[in-house]
Amino acid sequence: MDFELMINSFPKLLNATLVTLKLLSASLFFGLFVGLFFAILRISKNKFLNTFSYGFSYVFRGTPLLVQIFIIYFGLGQIEYLRSTMLWTVLKEPYWCAIIAFSLNTGAYTSEILRSAFQTIKRGYTEAGKSLGLKYSTIFYKIHIPIAIKQSLPAYGNEIILMLKGTSLASTVTLLDLTGVAKYIISTTFKPIEVFIVAGGIYLFITFLVHNFIKYLEKKFSYQ
Amino acid sequence: MELLAFGKTGWGDELFIATLMTIAVSLTAMIIGFLFALIFTPLKLSKNKFYNLIGNSYTTVIRGVPELLVIYLFFFGGSGAVMYVASIFGYNEYIEINAFITGSFAIGIISGAYSTEVFRGAILSIDKGQFEASKVLGLNKYIYFFKVIMPQMLRLALPNISNVWQITLKDTSLISVTGLVEIMRQSYIAAGSTRDPLFFYSFAAVLYLLLTYLSMKFLNSLEKKYSRGF
Repeated sequence: MDFELMINSFPKLLNATLVTLKLLSASLFFGLFVGLFFAILRISKNKFLNTFSYGFSYVFRGTPLLVQIFIIYFGLGQIEYLRSTMLWTVLKEPYWCAIIAFSLNTGAYTSEILRSAFQTIKRGYTEAGKSLGLKYSTIFYKIHIPIAIKQSLPAYGNEIILMLKGTSLASTVTLLDLTGVAKYIISTTFKPIEVFIVAGGIYLFITFLVHNFIKYLEKKFSYQ
Repeated sequence: MELLAFGKTGWGDELFIATLMTIAVSLTAMIIGFLFALIFTPLKLSKNKFYNLIGNSYTTVIRGVPELLVIYLFFFGGSGAVMYVASIFGYNEYIEINAFITGSFAIGIISGAYSTEVFRGAILSIDKGQFEASKVLGLNKYIYFFKVIMPQMLRLALPNISNVWQITLKDTSLISVTGLVEIMRQSYIAAGSTRDPLFFYSFAAVLYLLLTYLSMKFLNSLEKKYSRGF
């Protein structure tokens, strides 16, 4: 065990953790909107919108995240048309490519979580709202959304942790996130176990925080 | 389309072999995962606090750390660890382990953590009466485990095992960083030499979709078969 290396690499890895956390929070933020959008399409009665949303989540859940990042980072640059648009300023940055891929990926999973949450809302709640003379939008925002949030919290907590692990793939498109820096240190020092313990410890610590935060939210949202 | 031709002019045969490699790695990893689950599930279920701790740390650590980090650990540390063990037995030559073994081992350990959780859940949801009934009948431990618990556990675990299979299949794409030529690595090579990454990565995505689709079909039919009468 090389404890000196562990202590020396800790500040570097902690710095890289900031990149990981930035990637994670940005992806979760955009992913939530993507997820909500596709979940609403999914519960709509329009066959076309329904199938479109199902197709989106099927493709993004059925292929590895690595393929998705590579298509966006290496693939999209190949389209001449894109290079001439404003989008190119975003797509040439590996940072944004990673965020786009992560957001779409987590959006696909989130849409499934929200869909099942919406579908388990008992019809009685909607009927109660209707008989009170509430508008449909009020029923949706004040009754459906709070219940759906409560229903989907445990699954969404898992998704946050999966996404935290997913951000490690940013290192494959040249970003120096926690895994990227860990790999760099391993390949220069050839001390994989020491670096794994420090980097893995940081990941576990974040997982632990997320887990407890979700637990706290679950308690807050339970109305029994 | 000529990019996908078989033979020397296209990448069809290479990608086909790479797909078989992905399937081979996934199956090997899944089996290694089951072996790990077979060890760690009893540890997690045992009443001994120390065994419990070992079982819980395995699943917590593996499920909380990115797959890529585990793969790097094995990729850079694998041959070192084997050489260390070999040196205890007096063998000091350099040993290189091939990418297939390191890769399927790394993915296997990850998949094992998920399988452990699935098996634990399945065993816990078996009716208590079954345990009591086999005690009353005086069955010995092995018959009780293999003839009473196992068949029921497998039926209950099957839907979640197909989830683990999906995760494992997708995780194998990460082994491409170690240089094992599976779908992802082959697409990377093809994309590099033809300068057509969009086509090859999209094709890789289609291959993965095909694999997940076909395996889900198969597993769903198994589920139907084993839940007859329930």
